[in-house]
Amino acid sequence: MAKITAGVGSSHVPLLGVAVDQGKEKDDYFGPIFRGYDWTREWEKAEKPDVVVLVYNDHASYFDMNIVPTFAIGCGERFGICDEGWGPRPVPEVEGHPDLAWHIAQSLILDDFDMTIFNKLDVDHGLTVPLSMMFGQPEKWPCKVIPFAVNVVTYPVPSGNRCWAIGEAIKKAVESFPEDLNVQIWGTGGMSHQLQGPRAGLLNREWDNKFLDMLESDNDDVRHIPHIEYLRETGSEGIEMVMWLIMRGAMGKKVKTLHRHYHIPCSNTAIGHIVLEPAE
Amino acid sequence: MKMAENPTQNIHEYLAEFDDIPGTLVYTAARARRGYWINQFAMSMMKPENRERFKKDERAYLDEWDISEEGKQALLRRDYNALLKLGGNVYYLSKLFSADGIPFAEACSTMTDMTWPEYRQMMLDGGRSPEGNRSIRENLAAAAAAAQKN
Repeated sequence: MAKITAGVGSSHVPLLGVAVDQGKEKDDYFGPIFRGYDWTREWEKAEKPDVVVLVYNDHASYFDMNIVPTFAIGCGERFGICDEGWGPRPVPEVEGHPDLAWHIAQSLILDDFDMTIFNKLDVDHGLTVPLSMMFGQPEKWPCKVIPFAVNVVTYPVPSGNRCWAIGEAIKKAVESFPEDLNVQIWGTGGMSHQLQGPRAGLLNREWDNKFLDMLESDNDDVRHIPHIEYLRETGSEGIEMVMWLIMRGAMGKKVKTLHRHYHIPCSNTAIGHIVLEPAE
Repeated sequence: MKMAENPTQNIHEYLAEFDDIPGTLVYTAARARRGYWINQFAMSMMKPENRERFKKDERAYLDEWDISEEGKQALLRRDYNALLKLGGNVYYLSKLFSADGIPFAEACSTMTDMTWPEYRQMMLDGGRSPEGNRSIRENLAAAAAAAQKN
């Protein structure tokens, strides 16, 4: 049977992709950020996941205002790389896992989650930056990827509670897939940042670290943080952190923390990273 | 950390709270509707042929879109705070930052009361503090309390 063996949380700031693509990972500005991912890159080499369910949001790259799906899953064979206005990132194409993706989609719908299915989908930095952070610059990504896109741009975005619950349903779906597969789930985005208005540049180290503590906890209080709390404390774009709750919901009740990293700043954003494994 | 008191909140209460955040315009459905064509125009900047036509004659290119005169003027001025008020969203507007060849963070700085070097320094120093930036209501109450003390 397929099994979710680990969960990864990570920011997906576009500038990190630029740093990888231009070989700046070790300079004074980016060095302290990337050193926090060295552990994970080694760990991923040993773990060799077959598939990553990668929870991310599109930043008006492939999606525009015509269609705003709350939860969408990529069921295609492969996914292209978006041109975000300066040419596509020089990274390998992303290979999907249609059998598992369709299985998850069907299971979620039976579990009352009304999914949007994408067959053709190009992915932006929200998905490719985490791949670069965890795997570096391989000629081909070392695993298959199921893009799981969440609307965190147009309000109301899904509640933390709903995100946690869909994570639980993803775990159930993966565990009922007959093939033996090592599956990881990644929640990306955040942490605190605000990219707009006179309050732009807001960061909140204390709150972000409390959020990481709550992810490590055995209780599920973190799913009940309301949107207004994220908005006030972590900036208008800090709401991306609800996507980490999908990952955490898929871990089960207890988790063991394997690795944790936090750094301020990267451009406008606080960088957070955590690696968890189910402890039940 | 404040937790939800009422998880199934009424939509009017939910939206009203957004107006209490200082210096922030949350991208609500109402703004998304109002700014639809501003945002779709911005998306068109992802295609090189559109960027080229826009750069050649910005006004003529904007006139092809169903955007109000106020919106067109704000786009020509690159007045991003005005565009947020008209329903622009920063992820869409960022296509215009890219067309102009300016970094995202520099464009963000134009929405604040700081210059780009000042803003960059603030980020290096740990960013803008949430202290005094959480709630307009709380800020007014604190100011009133301080005034009473004096």
